[in-house]
Amino acid sequence: MLIVISATFFMVHAAPGGPFDDERVASPEILKQLNDTYNLNDPLLSQLGNYLFNAIQGDFGPSYKYPGRSVSELIFSGLPITMELALYSILLALFLGILSGILASLNPGKLLDHLPMSVSMIGICVPSIILGPMLILTFGIWFEILPVSGWGEFPGDKVLPTITLGSAYAAIFARLTRGGMLEILAQDFIRTARAKGLNETRVVLYHALRGGIMPTIGFLGPAIAGLFAGSFVVETIFQINGIGRYYVQAAFNRDYTLILGISILITFFTLTFVLLSDILATILNPRLREKGSMN
Amino acid sequence: MKKIIISLFVILIVSCSSQESLDVNSANEQGILLLDNGTEPQGLDPHIVTGVTEHKIVIALFEGLTMQNPKGEGVIPAAAESWIISEDGLEIIFNLRPDAKWSNGDSLTAQDFVYSWRRILTPALGSRYPDMLYAVKNAEQFHKSEIKNFDLVGVKALDSKTLKVNLKTKTPFFLKQLAHYATYPVHPETIEGFGGISNRDSRWTRPENIISNGPFILDEWSINKVIKVRRNKNYWGIEDLKLNGIHFFPIDNESTSDRYYRSGKTHNLYTIQTEKIAKYKDEYPDQFKLEKYFGTYYYRINTKIEQLSDINVRKALSLAIDRELIVDKVTKGGQKPAYSFTPPSEDYYDPPTQLNFNPELARKYLADAGYPNGEGFPEFELLYNTNEGHQKIAQAIQQFWLKELGIKITLTNVDWKVYLDRESQGQYQISRAGWIGDYVDPNSFLDMMVTDRGNNKTGWSNKQYDSYVKKATFANNEAERLINFSKAEEILMDELPIIPIYTYTRVYMLRNEVKGWYPNMLDTHPYQFISLED
Repeated sequence: MLIVISATFFMVHAAPGGPFDDERVASPEILKQLNDTYNLNDPLLSQLGNYLFNAIQGDFGPSYKYPGRSVSELIFSGLPITMELALYSILLALFLGILSGILASLNPGKLLDHLPMSVSMIGICVPSIILGPMLILTFGIWFEILPVSGWGEFPGDKVLPTITLGSAYAAIFARLTRGGMLEILAQDFIRTARAKGLNETRVVLYHALRGGIMPTIGFLGPAIAGLFAGSFVVETIFQINGIGRYYVQAAFNRDYTLILGISILITFFTLTFVLLSDILATILNPRLREKGSMN
Repeated sequence: MKKIIISLFVILIVSCSSQESLDVNSANEQGILLLDNGTEPQGLDPHIVTGVTEHKIVIALFEGLTMQNPKGEGVIPAAAESWIISEDGLEIIFNLRPDAKWSNGDSLTAQDFVYSWRRILTPALGSRYPDMLYAVKNAEQFHKSEIKNFDLVGVKALDSKTLKVNLKTKTPFFLKQLAHYATYPVHPETIEGFGGISNRDSRWTRPENIISNGPFILDEWSINKVIKVRRNKNYWGIEDLKLNGIHFFPIDNESTSDRYYRSGKTHNLYTIQTEKIAKYKDEYPDQFKLEKYFGTYYYRINTKIEQLSDINVRKALSLAIDRELIVDKVTKGGQKPAYSFTPPSEDYYDPPTQLNFNPELARKYLADAGYPNGEGFPEFELLYNTNEGHQKIAQAIQQFWLKELGIKITLTNVDWKVYLDRESQGQYQISRAGWIGDYVDPNSFLDMMVTDRGNNKTGWSNKQYDSYVKKATFANNEAERLINFSKAEEILMDELPIIPIYTYTRVYMLRNEVKGWYPNMLDTHPYQFISLED
């Protein structure tokens, strides 16, 4: 975390231009005053030290672009939107991914296997920066059935961003589920269950899926962390005022404190979710638990 | 598990349905103006903010000594009901309205203005617009810390409702500057209660803290959602105020903006998407507005570079540009070709023009400079900040220069801050620029090209130009002043350290029920005059 903060700090300060440059040039006296007010004339190392000292106490400083607003305040105004977007995207990804993964695993080598797997290959390969504008063009401009920007302002404006952000993960989940399911379906206890005369739905959804879904669960943590990072692109494409868009704008505005604040938050999320999904996987998978106790 | 999934979907569906908000019909009944206002404002402190978005909200909340005349380019009395200017033009006595008050009921006093002007001139505040008051005696010296005693600055409260201002020199546009939000009063007790005169990061402009003197007070401020203001019952002009409130929506996306307007969520459409201009003009002629704006889009030439320091080269570059074609085929937003730096206004200032498209003459000038057909002319770089519009214009001009003059240039687009940095360091050859005047007077354009002004950025200097601009300041009457500006402009357009391309326009939509909204070059529409009728 410290490494991320320091690296971000030095990178943003190294970029040409500063937070107070504007088309209407301020006199050198005014610029000096502004830089003094925010201690930007101090040596970089001492600025970093001050920043870390305050950040540990939960003070991420004032925004340079929005005087009178603190970085925390801006983040909290955007965070609920980003979290909502991430939640819908992950739900969509899980639903589509697991469903098509199961379908594919039950029909190995047939059309119902090839079709979802090819679609998911496209899903993995097409980045959201291309998928987003393509969806906008199709549904927003040609058919004019869905809004192309905003979040919660017009009915249906949450649909395209959710699909754009969720689809890449749906594709990965589909492949992971398929792989996991194929492995489990080939095992003896499934044959036993079928032999006992259990109906197929119960065999698949109850016995097989419990094990088959493990790779997906394991990937959930990195996926959620990745969704936050992915929201930078999606929020910018769809002009959604979440933290991802703030981050991109802060970079353009050289709003140093806001950039750092959001970087810290994203790093924190990434670490937390990876840890959480490891814990979840351990709880669900007895084999991992045994290995853990042996160590 | 099933229950969890079902409840998650219920949450999903509920939150997907759109939120309730006011539509124009019920807003008309309630007297609430719904304004699409571009982007989220940086803030609402009149001494800190800069920018158009902020201006539109600040003039609802605060009021200066004068205000922009909604129907023309002059100013009318606001917090001051009258003023007397001494014969030599150096002293102005303002009489504040006896019933002018703050929103908490406190009387608005001359002392409040003295305090407020001291605040904006306090160096540690880091205000962007202290120069709006530089005309006041010793104001610049105080701001630059050359004098420490504010008593020496030419602003005094003679009594609680009389303000005396002494000017450094005669400044005919001073009353116009007083309509600029940078000179507006702030409530001294509130400022002192929130960290004092030099604190720029305080929370005094939050709805729960703010005390203001304008027609409206701040009701709600939700970042990136809405800013709501309602009538200030202590406003002196409350009886004539027709609106009950205004909702400002920060919508920085043209497509969302368009949807807001078409679905009846706003009374105006801030900017029409270029591809829809022709359609809206045809289909809704009564709502469609195309108005001149006090701004110029131009190219800066770095005159410190050997080849570009030659006037003939600069003339050739300018004469080879077909501005009519650029506004018709490239920008397509109803812009007017610019043949002078200061935007012309028929009834006021009509600057001399000599920049017509004349490729033949352009080639002759280039040959005179020693580059017949562009031979031997180095390949220069045209710098602009990354933006599709700037790029299209740059490509058109690149073609003009190649076709008409045989000159090759490369286009370089960089991020906004890098662009500003390179421009102010002089690390460019030719760069695009834009300027919007702060008050309607040639001075707000021509002064910036005076030798060594911070916004000149071209390295250009002409003693005679400087002297005409100075003479205009000291002129005895308006006619003499404008003649001097004209002469200065003539020199500028002959030497061309800057090449004007077009005059900005405002292209927007406004619903018919909005009355009292008049066109003017600053695009300022005081809310005191606006009403909503069916």
